[in-house]
Amino acid sequence: MPLDVYLNVAISGLLTGLVYGLMALGLSCIFGVVRIVNFAHGEMMTAAMYIAVVLFQAFGLDPLIAMVPIAAVLFVFGYALQRGVINSFVTRPESTQFLLMIAIAIIIVNALLITFGPDARGVQTSYAYDSYALGPLIVDATKLYAAVAAILVAAALFGFFRFTLTGTAIRACADNHTGALVVGLDVRHLYALTFGLGAACVGAAGSMLVLLVDVTPALGPAYTLLAFIIVITGGLGSMGGALVGGVLIGLTEAIAGLVFTPSAKSMFSFAILVLVLLFRPVGILGRTAR
Amino acid sequence: MRALTRDLSRRSIVLLAALLAVLLALPLVANDYQITVLVLILYLAYVGQAWNIMMGFAGLLSLGHALYVGLAAYLSGLLFKDYGISPWLGLLAAIPLSASAGAMISFLAFRFRVTGVYFAILTIAFAEFARIGFDHLAIVNGSGGLFLPVAQNPRSDLWLLRGPPTMFYYVILAATVVAALLSRALLGSRIGYFWLAIREDEQAARATGIDTFRYKTAAVVISAGVTAFAGVFYAFYYNNLFPEQVFNISRSIELIIGPIIGGLGTLFGPVVGAFLLTGLSELLTGTLAALGFDLPGARQVLYGSCLLLVILVLPGGVWPFLARRLRLDGGRR
Repeated sequence: MPLDVYLNVAISGLLTGLVYGLMALGLSCIFGVVRIVNFAHGEMMTAAMYIAVVLFQAFGLDPLIAMVPIAAVLFVFGYALQRGVINSFVTRPESTQFLLMIAIAIIIVNALLITFGPDARGVQTSYAYDSYALGPLIVDATKLYAAVAAILVAAALFGFFRFTLTGTAIRACADNHTGALVVGLDVRHLYALTFGLGAACVGAAGSMLVLLVDVTPALGPAYTLLAFIIVITGGLGSMGGALVGGVLIGLTEAIAGLVFTPSAKSMFSFAILVLVLLFRPVGILGRTAR
Repeated sequence: MRALTRDLSRRSIVLLAALLAVLLALPLVANDYQITVLVLILYLAYVGQAWNIMMGFAGLLSLGHALYVGLAAYLSGLLFKDYGISPWLGLLAAIPLSASAGAMISFLAFRFRVTGVYFAILTIAFAEFARIGFDHLAIVNGSGGLFLPVAQNPRSDLWLLRGPPTMFYYVILAATVVAALLSRALLGSRIGYFWLAIREDEQAARATGIDTFRYKTAAVVISAGVTAFAGVFYAFYYNNLFPEQVFNISRSIELIIGPIIGGLGTLFGPVVGAFLLTGLSELLTGTLAALGFDLPGARQVLYGSCLLLVILVLPGGVWPFLARRLRLDGGRR
């Protein structure tokens, strides 16, 4: 196979990987601060994808614009969920937290199934078949827009955590829960805020992903797993790590799908996960001392 | 016999004997459909018990037990299909296979201090790896599935595990009883106390001189080995194996909901949980059908809501609560 085929596939994987990275960023935020493993992450994204489809079909709203209201809806959902239900589970054993999130995931998936039925839905934008030619390379316009949007959202989130007072307070909670309580931070509110932000991230990622793949109610678990792989590969709690992990996994899946068969591609993501867990459990960009 | 009934109250012994008698007599009154539901309940109780050895006793969260079920199912199924080898002999091969998969995972994980959530994700990763791998493995017919030959005459053949559901019911009932006894023996033994120490505080356990690496590995290996029988049973009860089903993460999840709902680390938690959950599922199906309300997904939404309700109200599980109510605990777990 000529080299430019590989390059084209690699670029496509890289762009998709950035969207994956944004999705994983939401998971990373939630785990890094609240220490809850969100096993309903993929399901929350599936819900966001359906909202995007509905907005597109009803109002012709482009998913890249609909991203803003969708992220807002998911933020409110995440905030309320953390405040109302999950908060009392923060100090419970992992297995109980896991079961809680599984129960929430089951409810979301089947509520979607009742509302939308089992068939795949998608959006057909006016630029769906556009592409840019860069010398021998052909860049898919949809993927490019989605990737740029993912970078923008990630940058906004990064700025929020880095430069605002609330963001700093959230990082303080993550570093030292007791210390944060001692200096008088409203940890319950900050946790809920973080869960909301994580949900908003995955909501935005869902609006972008709906441009790339069709959505079915059963899509959730696969993306939950994918988000885990990315977050652990990149390094839990590292925001840059989630994006790097996303790109790495996106590239791996694209190349593996080309060289081997597409159905075996996630095997390679799992192989990367196993290697990372074994040789660098903190992840590629994770901090060594925790 | 005395060793079995050690420190059980008279009340508990009577109740246990009554329960066993009811379970033994049930096939006399139950119809075929009810028998298959009971087999499913006992199957889940059995794997739940096996999983509980890892999570309930040693505090190691495994989300990939489908791996051990699947490996054992495929090995025994293949041996029977191609060579006519009895599942009981197949089990002798399947136990070491599942146990060594467990040993490999724990060696890799515990060497590198992979713990907690990371360990759980690692177990998922191996199960998923096996799922996709078996999908592309020609010797087990890949995603096309492995089918066990089904005998024309459904006479009970215990040696080859061919027969009507009632035979499978008694087999899985016996296995569940054995698993409960084994768990009880383990919990009261030296290794059981080591596990509890590791579960409660691993650093403290290491400080008192417990070789945590060794005993954590032992928990995984024993749990995987016990799970292997469930795999053999699965293969011969359902007669067909698809990687997409056997190794699916939802298999791993459904088998652990019971023990958590029932009560982690308790002997009866897995059994109580399996009865409650399958009972709930059947009840919801029946009720919705009676109401003429057959929206796909409606049953699952209610099921999920019930799960949510139970963990919100009874975070320690149903059995510890029930045991207190029936005054069976006698002040201990």
